[in-house]
Amino acid sequence: MRKGFLALLLAPLLMGQARPASKPILVPDVSQRDIEIAYSFTGADLLLFGAILYPGGRLPDDDKPADVVVVIKGPVQSILLREKAKVAGIWVNASRLRYSSVPSFYAIASSRPVGQVIDQRTRAIYELGLDSLQLSPGSSAPQAVQDRFARGLVDLKRRSGLYVEAPRAVEITDGVLYRARITIPARVPVGRFTAETFLIRDGRVLAAATRDIDIRKSGFERFVARSAEKRAIPYGLFTVFLSVLFGWSAGWIARRV
Amino acid sequence: MDVYLPIANLSVNAIVIVLLGGGVGLLSGMFGIGGGFLTTPLLIIYGIPPTVAAASSASQVTGASVSGVFAHLRRGGVDFKMGGVLVAGGMLGSIAGGWIFRLLQASGQIDTVIAVVYVLLLGSIGSMMAREAWVAIRVTHGAVAPRPRKRRHHPLVAALPLRTRFYASGLYISPLAPLLLGFGVGILTILLGVGGGFILIPAMLYLLGMGTQVVVGTSLFQTLFVTATATMVHATTTKAVDIVLAALLLLGSVAGAQVGARFASKVKPEYLRMALAIIVLLVGFRILLGLTWRPDEIFSVELS
Repeated sequence: MRKGFLALLLAPLLMGQARPASKPILVPDVSQRDIEIAYSFTGADLLLFGAILYPGGRLPDDDKPADVVVVIKGPVQSILLREKAKVAGIWVNASRLRYSSVPSFYAIASSRPVGQVIDQRTRAIYELGLDSLQLSPGSSAPQAVQDRFARGLVDLKRRSGLYVEAPRAVEITDGVLYRARITIPARVPVGRFTAETFLIRDGRVLAAATRDIDIRKSGFERFVARSAEKRAIPYGLFTVFLSVLFGWSAGWIARRV
Repeated sequence: MDVYLPIANLSVNAIVIVLLGGGVGLLSGMFGIGGGFLTTPLLIIYGIPPTVAAASSASQVTGASVSGVFAHLRRGGVDFKMGGVLVAGGMLGSIAGGWIFRLLQASGQIDTVIAVVYVLLLGSIGSMMAREAWVAIRVTHGAVAPRPRKRRHHPLVAALPLRTRFYASGLYISPLAPLLLGFGVGILTILLGVGGGFILIPAMLYLLGMGTQVVVGTSLFQTLFVTATATMVHATTTKAVDIVLAALLLLGSVAGAQVGARFASKVKPEYLRMALAIIVLLVGFRILLGLTWRPDEIFSVELS
């Protein structure tokens, strides 16, 4: 199913190569292919840019504008979403829904609001827009409940800066060069991110291209995360040692001041 | 100054965390408490995930209790036999606590349970302390002092078998009583990320009937070992101990504790106890409001 989706995604690009006379090609790039998380990491500013290559180097001469949509997705996570309700006067987690693959980060930038660029059905196919994410909950809950949970999840992620919609954030220069700036916050998980670029005109996806971005912890941060995961006992002992050392030395200094 | 926390997976302002540790340390030095009951909720309010907050603040309590234990050791204020029994109970309790923690986490009720336990404990202990401090303040203003309660242990404690002598505490009781007490405090240490001094000290005084000269030192002794065990339990089970967060908290709290200890010697103890009682009640009340008011976030995400 995943392969099929990928083929669908790449179809316009492949077709573009097969019939160069009719379809434009996208040449995308990102300012950083690797993002290293170090001690002072507060997020990364990504510049996504590229060129639209029209066959024969000529812009189409009709007045229908071409739009560019850029989507950055973080690694998918398996999550349990809980909803609170008031039970006997206090708020407790009452119901839950499990999702097997939810993007940990999702940012969409476009030259015009996606709703004006493309119709609802195509948006659902390409997952363009926060209301078009394929969240696939792992239960047979009624549609109304699923919708309520989906809205809650998107709202939660949006307010914590992990889901971003930036209409009009893509600038197109002379119809051939485009650029967009997207900020990745510090609280994203590490892993492989994808940056997808879509060229849309007249309600149809003409071209699409993908670039990967790897986000990983580096140096000390990687060492700490690995130690905590793989060498739990020495890591715990060292933390205890550190606290005893801090406490003892503060007392030692205080007695001499 | 932003610093990335490698386990919590977010960046925080280092100065805010150090100051937070310093403020809690100041109180802990002033009142002779670990201060975990303040650190964990404050970290959660700052945006640290609850599990990481509980796991990392235990090590701050370890640091805060070390210098206290050494100070009490120098003047013979630790009952090692009693302390050893309490620590043994505490270690068993923290292992049991780790199991309860995972169970509650799986059912999704961990945050509610933590909050309810906090409200009950802080509410009851805070009002007990406030009443006791109020009586003491009235006495200093010329009221007639109530007859001191005869020091003796609770009848239930006397009923337990296998009595033994605890010379430093001046007690002849069953070791099962402090073992059970330590066990209960150990569970709370894991669940709440607290040292438990604020429960242990009243229990030692009023349930076991220990001599006051060894109560604080022995309680700190137990806190030191049980919070160290709690850090180990979290490091091996939840893997949520953030050493960078712990170091920042420690930096502030050990410095604050020394300043607080000096300040405490200049203030009348009954006013200190009243101030602590008010802080404890305010924190408890704030958590109670959090339970009953509509929360900002109806939905919460847990990785699975």
